[in-house]
Amino acid sequence: MNNQYLDVFLEEAREHIENLNQYLLELEKNPTQEVVDEIFRSAHTLKGMSGTMGFTQLSELTHEMENLLQEIRSKKISVDERIIDSLLNCVDVLEGLINDIEEHGQEQQRDIYTVIQMLKGQNDFGLNETKVSAENEKKDAFNFNEYEDRVVRKALGEGLKIWKINVTLADECLLKSARAFLVFKTLEGFGDIIKTEPSVEDIEDEKFENHFTLYLITSRDKKAILDSLTSISELKTVDIRNVEEDSIVVEKTDSVKAADENGTNESAKSFLTTEKTSKGTHTFKKTTKTLRVDIERLDTLMNLVSELIIIKTRLEDIKDSDHQAYRETVEYLERITSNLHDAVMKARMVPIENVFNRFPRVVHDLSREMSKKIDLVIEGAETELDRTVIDEIGDPLIHLIRNAADHGIEDPQERITKGKPEQGTINLKAYQDGNNVIIEVSDDGKGIDLNGVLKRAIDVGLIKEEQSKNLKEYEITSLLFEPGFSTAKKITDVSGRGVGLDVVKTKIESLGGTIEIDFVKDKGTTFQIRLPLTLAIIQALMVLVGDEKYAIPLSSIKETVTVTKEQIKTVQKREVILLRGNVIPIVRLNEVLETKKLDDSQEDLTLVIVKKGEKNVGLAVDDLIGQQEIVIKSLGSFLKDIKFIAGATILGNGEVALILDINKLI
Amino acid sequence: MADNIRQFVEFKIGDEEYGIDILQVKTIERMMPITRVPKAPKFVEGVINLRGEIVPVIDLRKRFDLPPAETTDNTRIIIVSVDEITVGMIVDSATEVVQLAQEDIEPAPPITSSIDSDYLDGVGKLEGKLLILLNVTKLLKPQEIEELAQI
Repeated sequence: MNNQYLDVFLEEAREHIENLNQYLLELEKNPTQEVVDEIFRSAHTLKGMSGTMGFTQLSELTHEMENLLQEIRSKKISVDERIIDSLLNCVDVLEGLINDIEEHGQEQQRDIYTVIQMLKGQNDFGLNETKVSAENEKKDAFNFNEYEDRVVRKALGEGLKIWKINVTLADECLLKSARAFLVFKTLEGFGDIIKTEPSVEDIEDEKFENHFTLYLITSRDKKAILDSLTSISELKTVDIRNVEEDSIVVEKTDSVKAADENGTNESAKSFLTTEKTSKGTHTFKKTTKTLRVDIERLDTLMNLVSELIIIKTRLEDIKDSDHQAYRETVEYLERITSNLHDAVMKARMVPIENVFNRFPRVVHDLSREMSKKIDLVIEGAETELDRTVIDEIGDPLIHLIRNAADHGIEDPQERITKGKPEQGTINLKAYQDGNNVIIEVSDDGKGIDLNGVLKRAIDVGLIKEEQSKNLKEYEITSLLFEPGFSTAKKITDVSGRGVGLDVVKTKIESLGGTIEIDFVKDKGTTFQIRLPLTLAIIQALMVLVGDEKYAIPLSSIKETVTVTKEQIKTVQKREVILLRGNVIPIVRLNEVLETKKLDDSQEDLTLVIVKKGEKNVGLAVDDLIGQQEIVIKSLGSFLKDIKFIAGATILGNGEVALILDINKLI
Repeated sequence: MADNIRQFVEFKIGDEEYGIDILQVKTIERMMPITRVPKAPKFVEGVINLRGEIVPVIDLRKRFDLPPAETTDNTRIIIVSVDEITVGMIVDSATEVVQLAQEDIEPAPPITSSIDSDYLDGVGKLEGKLLILLNVTKLLKPQEIEELAQI
């Protein structure tokens, strides 16, 4: 089987699965026709796709799903919890089948008949013969809104013709909107253009690939139009079709639908046809034109940009060139590279929606499982993050959500006693903060039981009893992230996967992020995750330790200070300084990194104050070299677990400098 | 080329001659500046910038507990790539590419060289001299490295 198509198939199939999950949950809350249509559309497209690819189990199952949905559509049966559950079940099986295909390249035998029976059980009418097969839908269908519909019908009444004109521009066409303008200009000579796809504004802004459609009312025939358009260059194909009255479909608003006498009939037609036109493109929500690009190509592009930045830094380093023109050129180059960097970075950015979309389903299942009523509120799903981060952040977030549902939110009884609403809420919020993206998972549950945490920590031997008295609140909550800590009294299906918050923390730190906890007793707990926008290029402070150069990410630096030897005090055998009333421990990097020692006679000590959560530490370095944009490169799997080192970067002179992992140093 | 002929990159450490299957060799580089990596296993010399790619470099002498040698004009870094791991290996010199027929390769006797026979693919007989064939995959096996790092 052709792999290229398989990849596209898998990607699209996943989108449809996501859609199905999302809209099925929507259907539970809000059973409107649009939602059913949307579900039907995804199921139907999935069926078509699977059929084409020869995945029989997938198409059989989606076919049954379609039958049931058809009954719901035509209002023969009404939606209840049972139906939603069996449909969700069915989606799970579909997802399993798709996973099989991804792993093995083909379907594996799975038990689809139980689910099919379940679906059939719901579908009491069993009117299989009413199923509409796509093959019968040969006829073109055309979508108009009510206004357009009126214009069209009037025109048809006057004996005018409506032509649907599909124009594809040549691939090499550069001024797409200009070509489109010429097409418009020419056609306006014939009559009225009543509708375009995409909209005129989008065409003007070149927000289209190289294809657009317009509807023209005219008295002229097909040949005249075709002839006039052939004089315009850089058009690849022009396809002209006649719009007939009976093939027109009107997209109605709710109010009109209510007034529509033969509503079912009309809208039945409507869903079929919109389904047809939207096939292989988008759901009604997303209408932006997109292009699927293999992530590897973007990686290659990003690597090239990285190389460019290294060369740029090298040019900047050429010191004995105070030639005016040279400096200006380098500055210009700098601007272009940084714009290029931004552009490539943006191309890699994906809305966090892609991850968040899975969670309503997770929370839905959790609340059933634990017999708690839980509502999930999502904010800022449009916040964008680097694709690599998106791929990795899902599991930690699911863990935090499970955590909130399991440990945070109380049982309904308990909530009522506390005077809280019976239904608990989990809030999932994402927003951008400077060069970081913040994701917050909060619940309105019981907060954290500090004494319980302490007791548990002593039990599992993380701390000693006498230590426990002096711990500050944040020190106690940070115990939750220690390996081997898990407060779950009994191992439930939810939190009993043998992993704790330490795994979440490790994952987030490996993405260059941090996680913090905040809570108010009986009001709720918030986990705040801070992630860098991009993983590839960061601002860093270059420092000298011994005779080696190291990079410290600027995002974790608070300030740099110079202190004299006298200012260094010793507390419990650790060196500290007092900075504006705060005691800050000192870490001598030359000792930690085992570098050569520079002469000790220096009076002053240069400290880079770095922060991690609420903790500040002063890193003693031998010299500061300066701030620089660096490209993070991995040390490779051979050296992946080197302590204190987060990666490497290539300096302007071609040398390699290592990037310090502040999280591990503190 | 006949199926049973294999090609090896021949190199020297001390007086002994070694071979690595040419299919595992990416390039052979001259000595270049190496950045030390703190807390890395002892035999890891550091990392180099190989045309924009960061590549760890190991010192085969240290890997096999041989006495250190001075870097000379002949010192080479052989860049090998196995199972998506790319590593440079410092050798005293890299001499030539040789062909060995399968029948000229014999399993490594327990004591052939200063190297543990676990890391050997066999011994190649070539015009009267013996070529110790290294098994790079085993040499770079992560667990092995982790164990060594513990010591």
